[in-house]
Amino acid sequence: MKTGVEHKSAYKIISVIILVILAILFLFPLYWIVTGSFKTGADIFATDKIIWFPREWTMNNFDRMLHTRTCPLFQLGPIVGPTAPAAYRWLLNTVFMSVMAMILTCVTASMAGYALAKKRFRGRAFLFGLIVCAMALPKQVVLIPLLKEMSVLNLVDNIWAVIIPTVGWPFGVFLMKQFSESVPSEMLEAARIDGAGELRTFSTVVIPLVKPGIGALAIFTFINSWNDYFMQLVMLSSDANKTISLGIATLMGESSIDMGVLMAGAALAAAPIILVFLIFQKYFTQGITMGAVKG
Amino acid sequence: MAKQQKPTMSRALQRREDISGYAFMLPSLIFFVGFVVVPMIICIIMGFTNANMHGGSMFGEFVGLQNYIDLFHDKKFLDALWNTFIIVIVSVPTVCAFSLWVSSAIYKMNSFSRSFYRIVFYLPVVTGSVAVTAVWKWIYDNYNGILNSVLTGVGVLDKGINWLGDPKYALGCIILILFTTSVGQPIVLYVSALGNVDPTLIEAAEVDGATDLQVFWKVKWPQIMPTTLYILVITTINSFQCFALIKLLTQGGSGTNTVMYYIYETAFKMTMQSGHFGYANAMGVILAIAIGLLSILQFKLAKEK
Repeated sequence: MKTGVEHKSAYKIISVIILVILAILFLFPLYWIVTGSFKTGADIFATDKIIWFPREWTMNNFDRMLHTRTCPLFQLGPIVGPTAPAAYRWLLNTVFMSVMAMILTCVTASMAGYALAKKRFRGRAFLFGLIVCAMALPKQVVLIPLLKEMSVLNLVDNIWAVIIPTVGWPFGVFLMKQFSESVPSEMLEAARIDGAGELRTFSTVVIPLVKPGIGALAIFTFINSWNDYFMQLVMLSSDANKTISLGIATLMGESSIDMGVLMAGAALAAAPIILVFLIFQKYFTQGITMGAVKG
Repeated sequence: MAKQQKPTMSRALQRREDISGYAFMLPSLIFFVGFVVVPMIICIIMGFTNANMHGGSMFGEFVGLQNYIDLFHDKKFLDALWNTFIIVIVSVPTVCAFSLWVSSAIYKMNSFSRSFYRIVFYLPVVTGSVAVTAVWKWIYDNYNGILNSVLTGVGVLDKGINWLGDPKYALGCIILILFTTSVGQPIVLYVSALGNVDPTLIEAAEVDGATDLQVFWKVKWPQIMPTTLYILVITTINSFQCFALIKLLTQGGSGTNTVMYYIYETAFKMTMQSGHFGYANAMGVILAIAIGLLSILQFKLAKEK
């Protein structure tokens, strides 16, 4: 009996040690981005020994990264903003894209999810089946037809060409259906008897109950569109319309760019989204697990 | 479910449900049909044509199954298919086993350490494929990458290896990065699934003298089976989609070409053969069918258990 207990605690200690080592390995790339972005050229190119920690902190990498390209800070119709580092414009574009995708997805998906969960309309089973099938397909497969569509709509090299397909992707509808199932039908019935119209019932009864789902979907969509790359690569081409991922990827392809500049770019792209994730991670976990229930 | 399917729903009531149901579906349906369903249909149709970037019409000429016949004689495509297969075969089981082990080790910890580990393993996902790729490009670098420095420093290697340039290692290096960005979601899922296993069942088994390993296989494993299945499916889809890593690290060179990358190259890369939309779409159709078949297979296997 005693040896069994000893075995157990030995196993526990070993597993904690392995976990700590794994955590360090998983955090290392991030550590390397952050320290690399502040290292001097001498530290980055040191070949005789490894510089684990910057010997001297410098903003030089960020300066050079910001000055490789410039473009107007913003452009609203005829109003053209002042010339600024392109990276700032890329950040603005990315924020706009992610926020728009988030809002549109949350609005459309919460409505559709509610209808699929609580309305007995004809064709409902078919639509839901179609949505589940579509979720399993990689969206990159349809990029070429999407590009054709966008050129018909005159949206090529426009940030909306990236936003619109994101909103169409049916994962959000699926997630919101899962959350809406938990809304008690009696409450909907009661609201109807009280004379509330459809929209009123939706906004005053359903929305408050599925709020955690909307929170999860919002953060999910925000992070996914921030980090998407393939669609942005295909749809956007001019410097002024690029997103931060795409911009950094472009820098990566230039031979004149050194690792310090690249790390500064990576830090600029990753820092905001990591911050958002850390603030809202509670909702995030909820969304991931809810999406899988009966998945 | 069954009780809500009221067979006695009156015609007026059904009508009202139809109208309100579709009214709520409408905004979402516009996007879904317009930018998912229609593109899928176009994709399938284009796969049977010689549509290209330069032609005036959207679909070009109908060529029947020619694209598919060509594909199976295209050595580059077959290599890409093989590499994609290797990536899936290696990464899916390792991601599942690894995340299951990590989750079993952390799910009973206090909530602070549990969230800490969950966040740590999720961070590579949040960091974004481009930033992650950028830092790994440096880590693997032939001349001043830290991997070579460490390995030569401790004496494992005599001289640095050109990790991404050598066909012997390049695909493995890509799979490793893919692995670090794939375990985050499964760990979150497993931690919650393990936390939901009925504790009375575990206690009963322990009272009967079952060892930890027996408790795991006989009690916990069957209960987390649906989660495992879901994880298998999403990890498979993820592995198929691996694109940014290849585009930014090897451009499909050193034996790392995958179907996803070959589709991109065929359709968009500025080369002599670029702009073959019909051919690229045929590849997309094959990829979609492969993913569909694998998902069905996984469901079947899981059901038999």
